[in-house]
Amino acid sequence: MEIDPFIFRLSIFILSIFVGYYVVWSVTPSLHTPLMSVTNAISSVIIVGAIIAALAGTSDKIFETSNIFGFLAIILAAINIFGGFLVTQRMLQMYKKKKNKK
Amino acid sequence: MTPNLSAVFYLLSGILFILALRGLSSPESSRQGNYFGIAGMAIAIIVTFLSINNFGNGFIYVLAFLLIGGSIGAFIAFRIPMTAMPELVAGFHSLVGLAAVFVAIAAFLKPGAFNLGNVGNIKLASLIEMSLGAAIGAITFSGSIIAFLKLRGIMSGSPITFKGQHIINLFLGLGIIFLIYYLCKTQSSNIFWSIVLISFLVGVLLIIPIGGADMPVVISMLNSYSGWAAAGIGFTLENTALIITGALVGSSGAILSYIMCKGMNRSFFNVILGGWGATDQSSTLQTKEQKPVKSGNAEDAAFLMKNASSVIIVPGYGMAVAQAQHALREMVDSLKKNGVKVSYAIHPVAGRMPGHMNVLLAEANVPYDEVFELEEINNDFANCDVAYVIGANDVTNPVAKSDPQSPIYGMPILDVEKSKSVLFVKRSLSPGYAGIDNDLFYRDNTLMLFADAKKMTEEIVKSL
Repeated sequence: MEIDPFIFRLSIFILSIFVGYYVVWSVTPSLHTPLMSVTNAISSVIIVGAIIAALAGTSDKIFETSNIFGFLAIILAAINIFGGFLVTQRMLQMYKKKKNKK
Repeated sequence: MTPNLSAVFYLLSGILFILALRGLSSPESSRQGNYFGIAGMAIAIIVTFLSINNFGNGFIYVLAFLLIGGSIGAFIAFRIPMTAMPELVAGFHSLVGLAAVFVAIAAFLKPGAFNLGNVGNIKLASLIEMSLGAAIGAITFSGSIIAFLKLRGIMSGSPITFKGQHIINLFLGLGIIFLIYYLCKTQSSNIFWSIVLISFLVGVLLIIPIGGADMPVVISMLNSYSGWAAAGIGFTLENTALIITGALVGSSGAILSYIMCKGMNRSFFNVILGGWGATDQSSTLQTKEQKPVKSGNAEDAAFLMKNASSVIIVPGYGMAVAQAQHALREMVDSLKKNGVKVSYAIHPVAGRMPGHMNVLLAEANVPYDEVFELEEINNDFANCDVAYVIGANDVTNPVAKSDPQSPIYGMPILDVEKSKSVLFVKRSLSPGYAGIDNDLFYRDNTLMLFADAKKMTEEIVKSL
């Protein structure tokens, strides 16, 4: 019997949880706030689903209910992507080492 | 683009996201990590466009909405003050949650676009995945909104509890599972909508009983939920990038919640079930007796610190509220000019979110190699001349080590009382969030500085 593709996805999922576990434990506690904002940004990769939803169907019927939900999701995810990465960048710029003696 | 090729690219963007988190293991590599994250996101978005062959002028609309959202996000990111990071993160979590709900709704209304079958005849597995994604997304959304309102001060930070709360939550939770089962049998859209609505309600009920001081746990937990919601949608869309990201974010939030709970020596369920000190608060207030307290002014503090050889600063949420980080940094600068060795000690649950104090100190240009975590610095208090406690309270309370009756007994605390003298900046002798009196106030080596954290620090700077 052939293996259901779902099982492959489940394997990826579970292995990623383990990867996440070890990677996140190695994050230094002083960067926990940037960690939260960057995880926020990357979880907005859900925009992939939003784009598919927004463009579903033929191009002349672009504003059906499901498309509108797609477009709304695009806005929400885009706020998060730009906001998340930029605020992370802003924070990380502030972490500086002791200045070398002039 | 063929589905196989786009799947490879989605995997690539998933790997870039892993590298983005890996970069955060040290501040030097963190900026590069962030670029990896941005690259991963760009790849995912471009590949999605390329894999939809026939989108006509819809492309323009998508781009327009992307830019609208993007400019709002960029505007917020540049304008937000660092002290408002906890509520910003909570707000962002709510957006991820709502986006997950919307995508799930779109998939339910038009399953054909996602290869999930037809309306009224959606594949069983997809139906379970999308309803789980929608439910977790909805809980994330409404829970984060409540957390946002509490952090912003629009809603009171004190726990809201009522009789039978947990039973209602349990009932609603079981109700969702029951409805998902029925959804699979009937494919009825009414049931789908009910699942979404009940989940919104559960999110609200889940967060209202949790008090302000437990916010670090709540934010981490909602972070985790937003990840699981993304993963649920990832399974529905059969998208590797989303599945990997969801798992990463989910486990990241879970680990942060664990670290925060450990920092308070409380179990996760104890926090979730809410209301710290809601019951013991009254009893401690009654037994409070008048004990002698030594209080001083800015000149005393300046004199003590100027003549010290080492000073440890213990910042807490009060510093964030008073926006005292810049004044603090000025004070440290003048101390350093006098040859005093200064370091900062940060408790895991200081502030309203994980790492909150570190960001504020970084904003005030404090070099990160002068800032230490609890385990790194706790032994140094015994050899330090002055501990300057600014805006922290419960995390310095020696009662956590000595009194098994105390609600915070067993919580790891900073051994501030071991230093030769303690300067404690506080407005009054009122107890902290745990609702218990701080034994430190009455120690012989403690000098209370009754004032606003920022004003007091500024006055000390003047006296130095």
